[in-house]
Amino acid sequence: MSNPPVAANLFTTHAPLRLLGGRHRQSGRIVFPLPDDPAYESIELPSRGILWSFTIQRFAPKSPPYRAAGAFLPFAVGYVELPGALIVESRLTDVDFEHLHVGMPMQLTTVQIGAAGAEAREAYAFRPSADGDAAP
Amino acid sequence: MTDVYIVGIGIHPFGRTASRSGLAQGEFAIRAALEDAGLGWPDIQFAFGGSDAAGKADTLVTQLGETTLPFVNVLNGCATGGAALFGGCSAIRSGDADLGVVVGFDKHPRGAFDPMPQDWGLPAWYGEVGLMVTTQFFAMKLRRYMDLYGITSTTLARVAEKAYANGVHAPHAWRRTPVDLETILNAPMVNDPLTKYMFCSPAEGGVALVLASAKKARELGRTGVRVKAVSMRTRPVGSFEVFAPALDLERGESATTIASRAAFEMAGVGPRDIDVAQLQDTESGAEIMHMAENGFCAHGEQERWLAEGRTGLAGTLPINTDGGCLACGEPIGASGLRQVYENAVQLRGAGGGRQVPRPVRNAYSHVYGAPGVSAVVILQC
Repeated sequence: MSNPPVAANLFTTHAPLRLLGGRHRQSGRIVFPLPDDPAYESIELPSRGILWSFTIQRFAPKSPPYRAAGAFLPFAVGYVELPGALIVESRLTDVDFEHLHVGMPMQLTTVQIGAAGAEAREAYAFRPSADGDAAP
Repeated sequence: MTDVYIVGIGIHPFGRTASRSGLAQGEFAIRAALEDAGLGWPDIQFAFGGSDAAGKADTLVTQLGETTLPFVNVLNGCATGGAALFGGCSAIRSGDADLGVVVGFDKHPRGAFDPMPQDWGLPAWYGEVGLMVTTQFFAMKLRRYMDLYGITSTTLARVAEKAYANGVHAPHAWRRTPVDLETILNAPMVNDPLTKYMFCSPAEGGVALVLASAKKARELGRTGVRVKAVSMRTRPVGSFEVFAPALDLERGESATTIASRAAFEMAGVGPRDIDVAQLQDTESGAEIMHMAENGFCAHGEQERWLAEGRTGLAGTLPINTDGGCLACGEPIGASGLRQVYENAVQLRGAGGGRQVPRPVRNAYSHVYGAPGVSAVVILQC
C-alpha cells in the first residue's frame, strides 16, 4: 500500500487485507465501519463476497467532501454481500462497467483516491474475483 | 380521531425564481393560502414550517406580522412538509388551537446536493471516497429492485414520460414540456440505470396550507378537504436508506411501508379506496418502488401497470398528477406540502387539464427522505 489509509481502523494495514467491522458484544449484530464504542469488539470481515447492487457515478461528486483527483473519470460503486457478516458499500475497481451484474463474485482490494502526491489516500474497494484469489 | 380541515392552499411556482429568496417564496405561499381561506395573518394561532437550505421559517413573522404566535421550525429533509403537517394536525387535534399554518419552502443551487458526512453522523472518509452522493442510493436501491422483480428501463422511462405530460397542465410545475420515451431512454446516464430525464433536479418553491378544526371549518364554510390521516415514521432495523455504509444481511421493511400502514389504519380506508396518489418520485424508480411499498400493487406488477397506463390521469390510480418531483423539481422543504396541495386541488375538482376525470374522494400522498423518514397523508372530501 503506497498511500496513507483514508481513515484509521477502516481496514488492516498489514497483510492480509481485511475490512474492520464491529460485533456488538451483547446482541452479536455486526456493523461497519467499526464504531468508537466499547460495546463493540473489532472483527475482520470476509474479503470475498457477492455483488448485491451497483451503479456508475457518471458525474463528479462535489468537493468537499469528495477528495477529487484531477480530471473526473466515472467510477463504479456497489454493495457487496459478505457471507455471514453484512452488506458493505464500496468503490468498485478493475471492472468493465458493461460486465457488472448482481451476483458477481467480488474480492477486497484497495484503490487510490485523491490526486497523486501528498493528497493521495488509500481506500478500500472491491474488484471482480479472479481464479488466483485465495479462499476467503 | 378528530378531523382536521384544510381551508386554504397556496403555492409559489416551482423551478427557478432568481428575484425571490426561498423565504420570500414561503411568504408568498402563506399569503396565497390566507387569501384562499379568506383569512388574515392575525387570525392564525400557530405555525409549523421549514426549509432545508433557505432559512428559518419563523423569521417570516417580520414580513407577515409580529402577532406573537408560536412558530415551530421543522428540519426533516425531504419529509419537512410531512413533518410540519404532522405537527400542525397534532396542535389542532389537541384542542388548543382552531387555526394554523404549515409552510415549506426551499431554494437550492444548481447541480446535485453536497451533503457533508459529519452532518449525517458519518465519518469523513465516506465523503472523501465519493459515496456521499444521494443519487447513488436511488440507483442502487433501484438496480437491486429491477433484478428481483423484473422491472425494465422502458418502465422507468414511462414514469418520466407521464410526469412531464402531467406537468404541462400544472401551472406551478417547472418542466412543462412533454418529453418522449426515446429521448428519456437515450439521454445520458446520471447514475445507471437512471438517465438525466429520470431524475428530479434540485429547485425552488414554496407551499402553505391553512389548517382548521372542524368547528372553525364549518364557520368558514370550508369543509371540502379533510385530513383523515397523517403519519410519519423513521427507519426500522434492516431498511435500506440513503447514506448507509453497510446493511444488515437480514433485510427489513422501509419507513414508507410502516408509515403507509399506519395512515391507512388511521383513515379507515385501504389502497383500493384511493382515487389519486402523489408518491415520492425523486427518480422514476422511486415512484415504481413506492407504488408497492405503499400497498397499491405487488412487487413487480408495476411493469404491467405502466404498460397499461394505469397510473396516468385517466387510469385506475393516477399517480403524481402535477408531474411530481420530476416535473416540479425538488425544493426539499416544499415538496411534501406540494403533494398535499395537489391532492387538495384534485379534491376540489380544480385541476383543469390535469384533473382526474372521475370523482375523487380519497387522495393519498407520500414523501420519503434521507436518512430514512417517510410521511403519509390521506385527504378526504
